[in-house]
Amino acid sequence: MDAVISGIGQSAVGRRLGRSGLDLTIDAALEAIADAGLTVGDIDGLATYPGAFPGGPPGFSGPGSPDVHDALRLSLNWHRGGIEGSAQLAAVVDAAAAVHAGLARHVLVYRTVTESSAQAQGRQGIGLSGGGGAPKMGGSLQWSIPMRAYSAANWLALNCHRHMHEFGTTHEQLAQIALNARRNAQRNPKAVYRDPMTLDDYFASRMITTPFRLFDCDAPVDGSTALIVSAPEQASAVDHPVARVESVGTALRGRPSWDQFDDMTTMGARDAGAMLWERTSLTPADVDVAELYDGFSFLTMVWLEALGFCGRGESGPFIEDGHRIALDGELPVNTHGGQLSAGRLHGYGFIHEAVLQLRGEAGERQVAPRRGGHPEVAAVANGGGPVAGSMLLVREDGR
Amino acid sequence: MTDLPFRVQPALDDENRFFWTSGEDGVLRFARCSGCDYWLHPPAPYCPSCGGRDVAPDAVSGRGQVWSFTVNHHPWDGSTDPWNIVLVELDEQQGLRLTSNLVGCRDDEIEIGMAVQVTFEERDGVWFPLFEPATGEGSA
Repeated sequence: MDAVISGIGQSAVGRRLGRSGLDLTIDAALEAIADAGLTVGDIDGLATYPGAFPGGPPGFSGPGSPDVHDALRLSLNWHRGGIEGSAQLAAVVDAAAAVHAGLARHVLVYRTVTESSAQAQGRQGIGLSGGGGAPKMGGSLQWSIPMRAYSAANWLALNCHRHMHEFGTTHEQLAQIALNARRNAQRNPKAVYRDPMTLDDYFASRMITTPFRLFDCDAPVDGSTALIVSAPEQASAVDHPVARVESVGTALRGRPSWDQFDDMTTMGARDAGAMLWERTSLTPADVDVAELYDGFSFLTMVWLEALGFCGRGESGPFIEDGHRIALDGELPVNTHGGQLSAGRLHGYGFIHEAVLQLRGEAGERQVAPRRGGHPEVAAVANGGGPVAGSMLLVREDGR
Repeated sequence: MTDLPFRVQPALDDENRFFWTSGEDGVLRFARCSGCDYWLHPPAPYCPSCGGRDVAPDAVSGRGQVWSFTVNHHPWDGSTDPWNIVLVELDEQQGLRLTSNLVGCRDDEIEIGMAVQVTFEERDGVWFPLFEPATGEGSA
């Protein structure tokens, strides 16, 4: 698509910051706008995931696009918000498509969470957080919640267990995703969990839902991430490299269902991964850094397979001992610490990190390809289960 | 049976009422295409296999196999006792699955591939289809 990520911004990220979602969003947005060499008046598009979401999980939605639109007094030619589509990345893909189609020149895209402040009482099951007795469950959730499968943790534990059964994937292999994330987080000053983690620490963390332990589950935080998706000409107006949207994967060719999908070991990632490579001449071997969703550790393994970095069912041996996915490995993964250790910015932390890496601005955790220079190609993936989206970003030098 | 666990009730409507009340006579039912016999779940007014529009509830054997499972330890609903969640694939059709709970066996006895059969737990006019280890013959 003819679109680039011309600027990025991120608010403070942390546990129980006690600030409103809109306040955090303004921080991230103003930083991204300035980074893109623009002013607020230049922004003519606005996109967010999931948009205002009354009744959703506490702190999940962030401000809706009308709130940000009005707070910044934007003058917009195109705007959208919504939770359906190719995972959290849908808002970025829509923005790129809008720019490509000429509906907007500079789209502000953001994702904001205040889940740490809102869930101070602990994480609860879907539909159980309102108080005053649980409502009756309709729609697709009627097939899981009444069976006490209350959380994506439960649903994905079923997928992970099936993967272990079919392919012999081990708990020690699964642990490598969490250990890798924590190693990288130690080099990220904004990560929420930076204490060293050993394999023993991992196995000592409490069981959530077998085979997932606490350290397989991402860490709720407060924070906002923003990016500016611009027409390609903006690359010549900024004094840093930009990230060109080389390809996207928005496919969902199987059933949109958590329990009826044909292949429970990959689900939607399989399709979003396949489509990504159908739209580019690049191949998995060209990727210098991979930022792969880890709402639960197992999902990063799913994405490694779905994006073709290893074969189906082979992600366990691929990450064995963690060397291959480490910062100095052949495919550095989740270089900022992922959502497991850097915090659950819900997909957008991965996009932000991919752009930082391509620009060579990732500080102590900067990936250095063996051929020298900065990374040129980054893969980003969001989502899990029947909700999946992927994106391939390529560095383009600024002026 | 000891104390029943907490359960969220499904919201019954014209499309799903047959499913959630099917257990009243001890039989599990799914929507099925009258033209080509394809089982549809969740219920829908269109058969994706043959394009037929004549879809009606029909009885299944209630037998299947554990496709996957997890033992939950986090107190999502306030309960601190672990409970299992199983994904059961019914014998009738590849990919015809239900998320459910396994009763009549300890959590550490559950295995992927084990043969199970339906049993029902009634709560306020809803018959929750649960599963128990299969007895007799005729399952996977």
